[in-house]
Order: sequence, then structure tokens, then C-alpha cells
Amino acid sequence: MKAHDGTTGGTTDPHPGPGPGPGPGTEADTGPGTEAETGTGPDSGARPPAPWADGRERWVRTGGIELCVVELGDPELPTVVLVHGYPDSKEVWSRVAARLKDRFHVVVYDVRGCGRSSAPKPLRGGFTLEKLTDDFLAVADAVSPDRPVHLVGHDWGSVQGWEFATVKRTEGRIASFTTMSGPSLDHFGHWIRRRLSRPTPRGAAQLLGQTARSWYVYALHTPVLPELLWKGPLGSSWPGVLERVEKVGGARSAAAAPEEAGYPPPSLPADAAHGAWLYRDNVRARLRRPRTDCYAHAPVQLITPTGDLFLSPRLYDELELWAPQLTRRTLPARHWVPRTRPDQLTDWIAEFATAAESRSPARAPAPARRYADRLSGRLVLVTGAGSGIGRATAFSFAEAGARVIAVDRDAEGAGRTADLARLIGAPAAWSETVDVSDEQAMEKLAVKVAEEYGVVDVLVNNAGIGVSGPFLDTSAADWKRTLDVNLWGVLHGCRLFGRQMAARGQGGHIVNLASAAAFQPSRELPAYATSKAAVLMLSECLRAELAEQEIGVSAICPGFVHTNITATTRFTGADEQEQRRRQRRASRLYGLRNYPPEKVADAVLRAVVRNQAVVPVTPEARGARLLSRFAPHALRALARARPRL
Amino acid sequence: MRAKTLGYSPADLRGFREVQRLSYECAESVAARLQPGVTEREAARMQREWLRERGVRDWFHLPFAWFGDRTAFTGFKIPLQFFPTDRALEPGMAFVLDMAPIHQGFTSDIGYSGCLGPNPVHERLMSDLRAHRELILREVRERRPLREIYEDVDRLMARQGYANRHRAYPFGVIAHKVDRVSDRRWSPTVFGFGTNALRGLAKDALHGHREGWSPLWSPYRFSHHPPEPGLWAVEPHLGFRGTGAKFEEILVVTDSRDPEESAFWLDDDLPHVRRWQEQEEAQTA
Repeated sequence: MKAHDGTTGGTTDPHPGPGPGPGPGTEADTGPGTEAETGTGPDSGARPPAPWADGRERWVRTGGIELCVVELGDPELPTVVLVHGYPDSKEVWSRVAARLKDRFHVVVYDVRGCGRSSAPKPLRGGFTLEKLTDDFLAVADAVSPDRPVHLVGHDWGSVQGWEFATVKRTEGRIASFTTMSGPSLDHFGHWIRRRLSRPTPRGAAQLLGQTARSWYVYALHTPVLPELLWKGPLGSSWPGVLERVEKVGGARSAAAAPEEAGYPPPSLPADAAHGAWLYRDNVRARLRRPRTDCYAHAPVQLITPTGDLFLSPRLYDELELWAPQLTRRTLPARHWVPRTRPDQLTDWIAEFATAAESRSPARAPAPARRYADRLSGRLVLVTGAGSGIGRATAFSFAEAGARVIAVDRDAEGAGRTADLARLIGAPAAWSETVDVSDEQAMEKLAVKVAEEYGVVDVLVNNAGIGVSGPFLDTSAADWKRTLDVNLWGVLHGCRLFGRQMAARGQGGHIVNLASAAAFQPSRELPAYATSKAAVLMLSECLRAELAEQEIGVSAICPGFVHTNITATTRFTGADEQEQRRRQRRASRLYGLRNYPPEKVADAVLRAVVRNQAVVPVTPEARGARLLSRFAPHALRALARARPRL
Repeated sequence: MRAKTLGYSPADLRGFREVQRLSYECAESVAARLQPGVTEREAARMQREWLRERGVRDWFHLPFAWFGDRTAFTGFKIPLQFFPTDRALEPGMAFVLDMAPIHQGFTSDIGYSGCLGPNPVHERLMSDLRAHRELILREVRERRPLREIYEDVDRLMARQGYANRHRAYPFGVIAHKVDRVSDRRWSPTVFGFGTNALRGLAKDALHGHREGWSPLWSPYRFSHHPPEPGLWAVEPHLGFRGTGAKFEEILVVTDSRDPEESAFWLDDDLPHVRRWQEQEEAQTA
């Protein structure tokens, strides 16, 4: 089944370090095929350093190299092998590993030449993908001799992973492969060829875009200079660069949790210097003559960070050709997702591995389900979800595979929304009965949600009420009620859930439902328009503030949408009977306009996925927005008009 | 002026009931023969042939069949889109069969919803249609203006979380009158509708226009009148995220003062009614 020339064996030497290990001579002692014993045996005494304090360290020897392997979790559980990239060591996975270890047998190892593993001698020719495949097989055989492993790779770990997942000799050893930020060099080679041999304007643009993003690849092919840089100024300033450019938080600050410590590790300059040979040994060879049999033999999950500075998302356009069982996921983040988005990665890795384990085809997002790659499994809270736009939004998120919390004052409406959301694809949906204007109730809700469901990924502040009537007829109580729901409801939501998102530090999105009335003045809507204008400005300010936490904020301005807001609108200065007559009349007019709330829900999802700032939805809202910028006089004239209700 | 009484003898009602039953029989027979790959055109032809074999020569409208998201009229802009297409049935797809045969002068107009294999959304829609059947009968007995009943149905749909899809029908009707049609040797159809039946509808529209009512039960002002005695083919149509479900059957409206007599469903032994009864029995058991 396996044809690799390395043998596995175990030593308990806690500090071989990179460089000369115990040497191949000791291999004879254990003999080929002998099961490795772990390095945390009673005689070793030493616990693995920094982030792996609760792990078991062991050494796997293959082809004259000592690989430092750490295992976490119950070895009886399915095995997940996490492979790091460049310039990194296994510590890059500490956050993900800590989250996975209760559900899986998690294995990380330092790739040869990195971290505590030893480097080949000479370096040239020691980092070919064939040798890296030997390493992987040795590790897999040592940690999970009988069952195939779930492979996860980031950056060069993923480039290697593609090699492992596409060569013949690993067939049957890989149960699933999750790849992020690292294309197969062979696929990349074919991608370039296709664009060169059949040039189109779009293809040429894609090629140029990736060529520019790959500057560091050319730089790494320069002799000696990269090594000098890494061992000199770049090595010392790297943690700062990561924090500033890549927003890899906690890179320098000592964080509280044990899994936060030790990244980047002190061995970074040496790792990065050795790792340059990954590029020199493989890139030119593979891009010049890409393999033609590079088909994946395991189900593949592709996680694409959309903000990756080094890899264009277009690289994966034709991936279905090579990986027939492909599940796509996208993530608004930069290159170092194992550091910046551990929660999301953990969810996706666990879900994918579990699906592969049960041998049921992974719940592949049907092509009709838009944004499923982005929103699948995310936690979404929608206020005012018992009817209208809120309900339609909850359904749209449910269809994209998100988990939904439907919040409404009306328990029955919220319950029904959650109920139907489960029917149409939400893996889970709950309803909560809360009045958004009630500060204490909202605080309780925030605590409950954090405890029971987790940190909200997308918050939709939708709940609102309609109030109409001249200013002079609007009582203080009317004002208070309007602002309490329309403004304070949004404020409470942003305050409580925004804080949780910011504290987690893994991004998120807040959507506030403003209105076209936020920029269209009207003599009939002083209270409503004021509250909605406040929501619009609040969203803009919040967007500026939360941008550095990578939390997006969008304001949606729907316009006239056919919902039951008209049936509950309060018309100030009108008696009961007149009130009802106007409600009925307004409902009929909105019914004739018949703009469905589903289209607003689509706009909400689009705003989340594209991180749009202000989104007017109906044509009249878009027209009003345009006029408010270029011809405010026209809007003011319109504001004086008195609609006959 | 026509008398405001019902104007149908028990024998007439029996005739209407028989042709309605025949239509539902046809729907069930065709639905049982549907399988993956059958297109809407083929399903429509199956209905047409089944009824032709049993003596149907004239139509209120020719049989329709809608599959998949066409059951919710997704993206329908013009009435021509109602006609059967080459959309093929797939496992799990919802479908609606809608036919209006005229047999021995009696008109029926029915709608039958089903799905090929399990489809939880469709099951849910079918269960939730029951509330609409009850609401419509109750409010017609209260002699509320038809336009207000229409709005109440609308509100119930919104509360249930569904979209009103009968709005997509011509004039957005939730129901329309049907009547006896005299047997003629030549009974052509225009855009799928039988000319003889259309003539009856036009006559009603003319009468109604003079008397302040309309044979079309719509959300518009011309439907702002109490229920007009006669036979109404009622067809509430729910839509939810690309799945639609409806029933269509005849509601008999009279001008009797007794609420029970003033309005009643022509037949209570229909597939969707039996389904609800079975559900209820299963729940109580």
C-alpha cells in the first residue's frame, strides 16, 4: 500500500534541535515498521514547549531527518494532520489545534528544516515534494497506522498537501483534504499554460494579477540574499510585519491562553532561511512540467481567503477539473487564516472531516444556494425576524446554510421563522422573544446567546416601527417609542453583540436596517425619518471604528417594501377610526407597489458578502439617494408634498 | 335581472360534484404516473388524454402542469409563462396539476399539489393550506366583502411566512365564478381558455358591472362587495422560497340566511381534505 523509503522510529530525545540529530544509525535499533512510541513517556519527563503543553511530543525519523511531531486529543478519535506553511512552524496551528483537540486526534509536525525538526544536508535537493511526501507518510504511519488521516494544509502545507492528495502512493491514507492558501503547483502550472496558450483579455489580466502577487517567489530564488535577510533585519521585524500587514493579532503580545504563546517561534529566521529551498527545489520544476495525473483521490475542501495578498482567488476557477468532490468555502480574511480565523476554520474542518468520516457525501452547497460558500455554518442573529424583511432575511441566511437566531417581540412569529428556517436548510435555528428597546432584556439575550450558541458572526438589526404624522401632532411619548425601538434597539444590538465580536477578534458583520427616509426628508415622517437618519449615521461611524477589527458595518435603505409595517404604523394626531383607515390605505398602496421583502433580504446578504457601506434597495430609494447628493433641492421640494391617505 | 337565489337544483350540484371528482381522479391518476424526467408538457398531455377518454370535450381552461420553482411562479412576468414547458421532473420536486374540464355542461376547476418523493417544505405548505380553507368559508358565511376576505387571506399567509402566489394569476384572483356551459359541437380554445366558458364569464362580468359585483375575486375595488351567490372556484396558492402549493375547488354560495346554508364546499371528500383528516387522526392517536 505504501512505498516510501523512510522508516519510522521513536526516540525520547527532547532537544535534538534542527541540525545533526541522532543520525540514521539509530534506525537499526527500532527497525523498519516498528511502531514509534511517544516522546512523553515516563523517562522523557520533558513536556513540549509553549503552546503544546497538553500535547504529547514524539520524534519520527525518515530518510535521515528527525521530525518533531505533537499529538493532542484521544488517539482513538479520527486523526487530523495539520501541515504548516512558509515561513512558519507547527505553532501556526496552535489556535486551531486547541479548538479541535476535543473532537479529533490532532497531529501537527514541523516540516523538515523548520521548527524543531532537523534539516536535510545538503539543503539543495532536500526539499522536493517527493521527500516531503515521504515525511508525511512517515508521520501518518506513526500516528495513525490503521486508519486514513484527515489532512489540512495552509500555504506550503497545502501545496504539499495537494501533492499528497494527488500522488498514487498515498491513496487510501488520506480521508479528506482541507486546503487553504496553497494551490497545487501542478494545477498552477496548468492554469498558467491555459492562459498562455489561449490568451483572452480576462485570462491575461488574471495572469498579470497573479504574477504581481508572486513577487516574493522570484525574490526567494535569488541566491543567499533571502537567507541573509531572514537571519538579519527581516527575521527580527517579522512579528511586527505580521501584525501590521496581516493583522495577525497577538503576534508580539503575550496573550493569556496557552495556545496563544509561542508564535512566531524563536526559530523563525532559520525556518525561513531553510524554507527558501521549498521554492527553489520545486517551483520551477513543477511549473515548467506540471504533472498531468494530478487528480485528487480524496474529497477536497477549498477555503479561499478573499483578501489574500499572495494568491488570487481566480487560481481555483478550474479546480473542479482536478478535484471532482470539491466543497468551496470563502472567508473575508488575509493570508494567515489559521491565526486570524481559528473558530471558522475549526468549524469547517470538523464538519468536513465528520462528513468524510461518515462516508456520506459532504453536504455540498447546491449551486442554487448563493453565498453558501461564505455563510455556511455561520451564526446569524436577526431582530424583528417575526415578519417582513427580518423574516425574509432570516430565510435567506437559512438557505445559505447559516445558523439563525430569530429574535422578535412576537413569540409566535419568531418561532415560526425559526421553524421554517430549519426546513429550508439552516443546520440549526432558534427563536428568542425579546423587545429590542428593553435594555435589560437585550443584555440578557446577549449573555444567553454567547453562552448557548456562541459569538454571532452576522448581526442584523432589523426591528423597527412606523410612525407617521406632522411634527406638531407628534407627542413626546410617540417620539420616545419611535427612538426607543428604531434607534435604541439598534444601539443595544451593536453595543452588546458588537462588543462580543470585537472581543473575539475574528471579524464579523453588522447590518443595520435604515430607510430611504434617512436621506429623503418628508413632512409626514419627522419621527421615523429622524430615527432612521440616526441609524444611517451610526452605521457609518461604527463602520469606521470597527474597520480595524475587520468587522464590516452596512446600512440598508429599503424604500417602499410590502410588509406589515404599514398595518402597525402609528398615525399621530388621528383618532382610532382614522388610524385604522389610514393603516388600511397605506397597506393597500404598499401592496400595489408590491416590492417583496425577499429582494431586501438579498440585498442584506449581498451587503454582508461584499461589505457594502450603504445600500439603497428599491429604485425609489436609489433615486432618492442620488438626488440627495446631486439635487437636494428636488428632495426638499418633494418633502413638502402631502400624500393623500 | 337575475334572481339572487342560487339557481341550481340538487341534480345540478350533483353534476358539478361528479365532474369535480372526475378531475381529482384524473389528477391522482396522472400524479401516480409521474416519474423523474417527465416534462410539464407531457404531464399536461396525460391529463388531457385521460379526460378526453372519459368524454370531456370542452374546457374552462386546458390542463396546466407546473414543476419545481414554477409551482411558486418564480420569475413569472407574462401570462404565457403559465403554459407547460419542457421542465423535467426531478426527485423531491414539487408539482401542481391544474385542470378545468367541462363535462356534460358542468364545469369544474381543480388544482392538485404533490411532490415526487419527500419534500418537507411542500408537506408544510400543504398542511398550512388548511387554515385558508377554513378562513375563507368562515368569512364568506359572515358575508364580508370579498376584497376584505382576500386581504385577510393575505395576512394569514404573511403570518405563516409565505408569499401570496395567486396574485400572479390574471387579475390576481383568488377565485372566479364557474357556471354551466351549454354543449356545443365546436368548442375552440383561445390561449388555453375555452371560448364557451369565457363567454359565460364575460356575461357574468357584464351583469356584475351593472349590479356592482364581479365574477373575479381580486384584491381590487371591483371586488368590494359581499359574496355573490353562485359557484366559485377558490384557489389560494402559497409560495415559499421556490416551492408552491395550492388547492382549487368549488365553493357554493347561496343567499340563504342560515350561515350553514349560505356557503359550503361542494365536496368535502377531496385528496387535500382527506390528508388533513388523516393528519388530525394521527395526531390524536
